[in-house]
Amino acid sequence: MNTFDFEIIIERFPIFLKATIPTIQLTLLAITFGTIIGLIIALMKISQKKPLMIIGTFYTWIFRGIPLLVQLFIIYYGLPSIGIEFSPREAAALGLSLCGGAYIAEIIRAGIQSIDKGQMEAAYSLGMSWEQAMFRVIIPQSLKRLIPPMGNEFITLLKDTSLVAVISMVELLRTAQTQASATFKPFEMYVTAGFIYLMLTTLFTILFNKLEERLALSE
Amino acid sequence: MMVELKQIYKSFGTLEVLKDVSLTIEKGEVLVIIGPSGSGKSTLLRCINQLEKINQGEIIVTGQVVARKHPGEKEFVLPLKQVYKLREKIGMVFQRFNLFPHMKAVRNVAEAPIHVAKVPKKEAYERACQMLKKVGLSDKEQAYPAHLSGGQQQRLAIARALAMEPEIMLFDEPTSALDPELVGEVLQVMKDLAKEGMTMAVVTHEMSFAKDVADRVIFMDEGRIVEQGTPQEIFGQPTQERTRTFLRKILN
Ligand SMILES: Nc1ncnc2c1ncn2[C@@H]1O[C@H](COP(=O)(O)OP(=O)(O)O)[C@@H](O)[C@H]1O
Ligand SMILES: [Mg+2]
Repeated sequence: MNTFDFEIIIERFPIFLKATIPTIQLTLLAITFGTIIGLIIALMKISQKKPLMIIGTFYTWIFRGIPLLVQLFIIYYGLPSIGIEFSPREAAALGLSLCGGAYIAEIIRAGIQSIDKGQMEAAYSLGMSWEQAMFRVIIPQSLKRLIPPMGNEFITLLKDTSLVAVISMVELLRTAQTQASATFKPFEMYVTAGFIYLMLTTLFTILFNKLEERLALSE
Repeated sequence: MMVELKQIYKSFGTLEVLKDVSLTIEKGEVLVIIGPSGSGKSTLLRCINQLEKINQGEIIVTGQVVARKHPGEKEFVLPLKQVYKLREKIGMVFQRFNLFPHMKAVRNVAEAPIHVAKVPKKEAYERACQMLKKVGLSDKEQAYPAHLSGGQQQRLAIARALAMEPEIMLFDEPTSALDPELVGEVLQVMKDLAKEGMTMAVVTHEMSFAKDVADRVIFMDEGRIVEQGTPQEIFGQPTQERTRTFLRKILN
């Protein structure tokens, strides 16, 4: 039995920290584009227009129904055979945004539909269009309710960035893999990666709790 | 003529809610609609501003055809953009106020003038303050709806509707959600409005308001207009048995 080697962790820690940067970048990209996609898909699903509703429903069906890992394989290993090639970074950002967008769409849709029907009617009765009612009256009210589930989804996205190690994007888990084989200390290296993920998700949780508190105060 | 409804039919699925309802509202008239719960009063009001679409009949508001659907004839429905425009002319006050909870009182009132009527911000806020004054809420400009009493909330909702300078106001049981001691202040605002010559259609169970303010009273039951007349006629000598039964119940 070997003992747990703290020294190797301290020695390799700078490499891990550097690898944390792409993980964070990827998370932020996925959150940004996932939220934009999610908002668009959610609005399509609740619009009264049949074709838009069908597209929105189809989108969430596909991207929530196929495992993210399989989606990443399709994008990175599959698409080149029909002439569409992405770098690992691009494929990772695309896959996470598309999939995150589907989950975020459901969160936003539920948030919007939780607002009292009377709000839409009051907005309409004042002459507002559907778009005005949505963006001035309904969505601002749903924001507060969106924060807890959005926080959860962002944390899920952060953790899911580790999946992109399989398409050879250099990020935290991939770095742990290479360090594990370089040092012959897989336990130490993977625990280090796990520890950093834990710190990141904890940080996210604290940030979102703060945000929730602040919004609760504003009313 | 402010509003003309001709032979309106409206169903929700298989439930027929309005059956052959015809009705006119003159400019400056105060019309009070009474009737048991579920008789179609709210639906009737909501057809006027197109929150509900009719199945059959014709709606004309300030001379403009809003919907015309007669069997065997080509249907006409107002395009969506024009429906939005139409609603600017029609103020509506709801039983449950439906104020915007994330906006301060003054913003509740100024929001539609700014973004719908495109009134410059400064002017819209000035006008909003005037409206608040009119309904006795001058000191509540910066309050959020949640911090107002029910009576204050409903007066704010009235100010919000008035800020669009509507030609007609629809009231759907404006005092039904209020504690009894707060009903009077809302009715007073409505009385003042009537005195100024506003055209109003009011669904209410406040019979004293109907007696004092209404030019005409309509009694509805099961989706039909059973009887209409002056308050004296309806409350004094109703001709229909159903009207008498309803009035006996509501006046105890
Ligand atoms: N959106 C709707 N969907 C289905 N049924 C409805 C809807 N709105 C109203 N109704 C039904 O129509 C009938 C008349 O309703 P309403 O016009 O609200 O009556 P009132 O205002 O006189 O109480 C009721 O039976 C009610 O349940
Ligand atoms: Mg009603």
